[in-house]
Amino acid sequence: MKSILYIVVIFPIFLFSQEKLNGLVKEINEEGGKEPLPGVNVYWLNTAVGTITDINGEFTIDYTAAYTKLVISYVGFKTDTLTITKPNKLVHTLQASNALDEVTVTSEKQTTVKSYLQAANVVTVSSDELLKAACCNLSESFETNPSIDVNFADAVSGTRQIKMLGLTTPYILITTENIPSIRGASQAFGLSFIPGTWVESIQITKGAGSVVNGFESIAGQINAELVKPSTDDKLFVNFYGASNTRLELNTHLNTKVNDKWYTGLYLHGNSHNKKHDVNDDGFLDMPLYHQINIMNRWQYINGEKGFVSFINLKYLNDEKQAGELNFNPDTDKLTTTFWGSEIDTQRYEIATKLGYVNPNLPWQSLGVQTAYSGHKQESYFGLNSYNIKHNSLYANVIYNTIINNSKHKLKTGVNYTYDDYDELVNTINYERTEESIGAFFEYNYDDLDKINLTAGIRVDNHNILGTFFTPRLHVRYTPWDKSALRASLGRGKRSANIFAENQQLFATSRQINITGNSSGAYNLNPEIAWNYGVSFLQGFNLFGKKADITLDYYKTNFKNQVVVDYENPGQISFYNLERDSYANSFQAEINYKAFKGFDMRLAYKYYDVKTTYFSGKLEKPLVPKNRLFANMSYETDIKNDAQWKFDATFNWLGKQRFSSTIVNPIAYQLPNKTPAIATLNIQVTKVFSKKFEVYLGGENITNVRQSNPILGTDEPFGANFDTTFVYGPIFGSLYYTGIRFKI
Amino acid sequence: MKNTILGILFLLLTTVTYAQEKNKKMTFEVDGKCDMCKVRIEKAALSVSGVKYAQWDIPTHQLSLIIDERKTNPMKIKTALVGVGHDTKELKATQEAYDSVHPCCKYRKDDTDDSKEHKK
Repeated sequence: MKSILYIVVIFPIFLFSQEKLNGLVKEINEEGGKEPLPGVNVYWLNTAVGTITDINGEFTIDYTAAYTKLVISYVGFKTDTLTITKPNKLVHTLQASNALDEVTVTSEKQTTVKSYLQAANVVTVSSDELLKAACCNLSESFETNPSIDVNFADAVSGTRQIKMLGLTTPYILITTENIPSIRGASQAFGLSFIPGTWVESIQITKGAGSVVNGFESIAGQINAELVKPSTDDKLFVNFYGASNTRLELNTHLNTKVNDKWYTGLYLHGNSHNKKHDVNDDGFLDMPLYHQINIMNRWQYINGEKGFVSFINLKYLNDEKQAGELNFNPDTDKLTTTFWGSEIDTQRYEIATKLGYVNPNLPWQSLGVQTAYSGHKQESYFGLNSYNIKHNSLYANVIYNTIINNSKHKLKTGVNYTYDDYDELVNTINYERTEESIGAFFEYNYDDLDKINLTAGIRVDNHNILGTFFTPRLHVRYTPWDKSALRASLGRGKRSANIFAENQQLFATSRQINITGNSSGAYNLNPEIAWNYGVSFLQGFNLFGKKADITLDYYKTNFKNQVVVDYENPGQISFYNLERDSYANSFQAEINYKAFKGFDMRLAYKYYDVKTTYFSGKLEKPLVPKNRLFANMSYETDIKNDAQWKFDATFNWLGKQRFSSTIVNPIAYQLPNKTPAIATLNIQVTKVFSKKFEVYLGGENITNVRQSNPILGTDEPFGANFDTTFVYGPIFGSLYYTGIRFKI
Repeated sequence: MKNTILGILFLLLTTVTYAQEKNKKMTFEVDGKCDMCKVRIEKAALSVSGVKYAQWDIPTHQLSLIIDERKTNPMKIKTALVGVGHDTKELKATQEAYDSVHPCCKYRKDDTDDSKEHKK
């Protein structure tokens, strides 16, 4: 009996020795309310026992009766020492320290950040940079970034393609929050399905990229981080109207459901209903369209336990109409009365993410991602019809840990991808299912100083591509102060979705030829390429102001490529590469903050992109060999939360090669090369307060136009009709204005 | 009986107090002032076998560590820190070691955070 009593006595002592003190640290915000303060140092006076508050301002610290004085300190606040007698939950508000108010920080925040430390060549584009080009979706978000080339809008679909290292989007892995998103059926128009206001930041990795997200990336990776319900404005409204009557409306609504759950509803609508024909060719300069795009995000944060989760639901409906001015889809669809086209897309996505970071071991984390998307496009172009259904499932598990210490990090995991394609090209049905499962290891070594190295390898088993390894390597070496020398190398492999990626071919009279006899998609072999690159970044001071220069050289060598051959104007041919195909690119870029508020970015690019066609080794059509880029921005000082922002972007594209039209009748022949072309965009933003701003801008204000974007407009159902020769703006200058309102 | 129970009690207490944790968290003060100091301090700490994680905070001068207690102890880490010229409460760097730090890191004269003015 007595012994039980002892056990009862022992238990509390035992538990007591494990006791923890929980608390919450707050600050007083500008509105006078209290907000949790993360990152605050909390420690027992004269001991080594300490912690910092998490993202919610909460902390847990070991407690014994011997500890009585708890110190709470944070830069910019008065340090408080509290006397603790019982481990009851503590809520404490720190007072701002006035002494620090007088310190002004003169270093300015950059809107585009190049890392001096990471192994990979990553450029981070912040939301401030994204605002420099107010319009409208992800494809247009790159206009102020020289690493990405944004093509002029397509003559029929009006969409813009992007290129990196001279290669088009199929060779770039585009992810949203690290889930591959623009691939397969959405390759052609997917960038226009992500509204610009939804994007929080963009990370652009030049070169091979990481093995974590799969084996498909060749030229690089682009990741778009979306706005998050916990950090985005409670209410955000953006209204945009342009002189061509393009209208866009974006609203974000974010609420906190309880202390752990947040939710956001994001609505986007755009429409363009007016017919324009500036060049009098009888064809619309840009399609009529409307899009409804809805996203609902749920975010769960439990900092104490280390859990973060997202659930995303997305629905999109996009309808476009293009072609002759007189085309009426109700009566003229698939007839030869008038040439016209409609592209209707419906897409839904469900994605979930669960992340766990061990609160005791900051290097240990586990992430699980799943994404499902259903994509359906129904379209016709003159007499050609093209329908595609693509259902896709993606699942990824990543585990992060260290070996010995945090200089050696390891990422490992598995992913699974399932893609089901069902295409109808005129009367031919193409169906295929691709399935792959893969495992990856990525090791990172950081000596915290001169060297940072990331070496990754993955092995995948794919029902069409077979079993194969994908190695990737990135190294950064810092030879001297403010510099970074990088090298990368990696392999990529993919099945080409020849129709989805080259939909412009349907808006021509070309015959489709596919020559292949393998078991791959469309009987063509998978595409395999190696990418190598070196990059050197040097920061320096010029007249006492920050500047940096970057020199990049990247090489992509295709072992096999599905060659897209436009060289015979009556045909479009797809076949396996027989000899060499490569894309070499050189880029020199200078950034300079010449004076307070003024940023300047100049870039020169040289491309050598060649492929061996049936007719010989030729430059890839419509890729300029030389390109110049300049962006200037100026911001006035913020006074009473108000300021002006000015931004101008200049682009000069050298001559581009037209694919051969030599066998056409003289009237339908084009020169060998396009003229050089230069465009200028400007934008002015007036920030009235933290809540309200107005912007006004002009695209292509010098009114440069390509006079004959469509070949054979006199006979759109004749043998020479072709809309694929667009090298410049079709519409000419365009002015827009808009407002942003946020709470 | 009573003694046995008391014995168990002491045994438990000692286990609790002297358990050598694989992932022991600790924080102590290290003198320094800027980003360059931060790199030097963290590098020195991580160079000690058994130190898994090190993060030094500029404004508070607190070095947060996670160590494997079976392999190392705070004195070993402090020895490494003074070896590269950074003082701790118990151990001070030799003049020779202190002289080896970059001129802008001379925290003994003035230890205010000036990392905003010169980034590494």
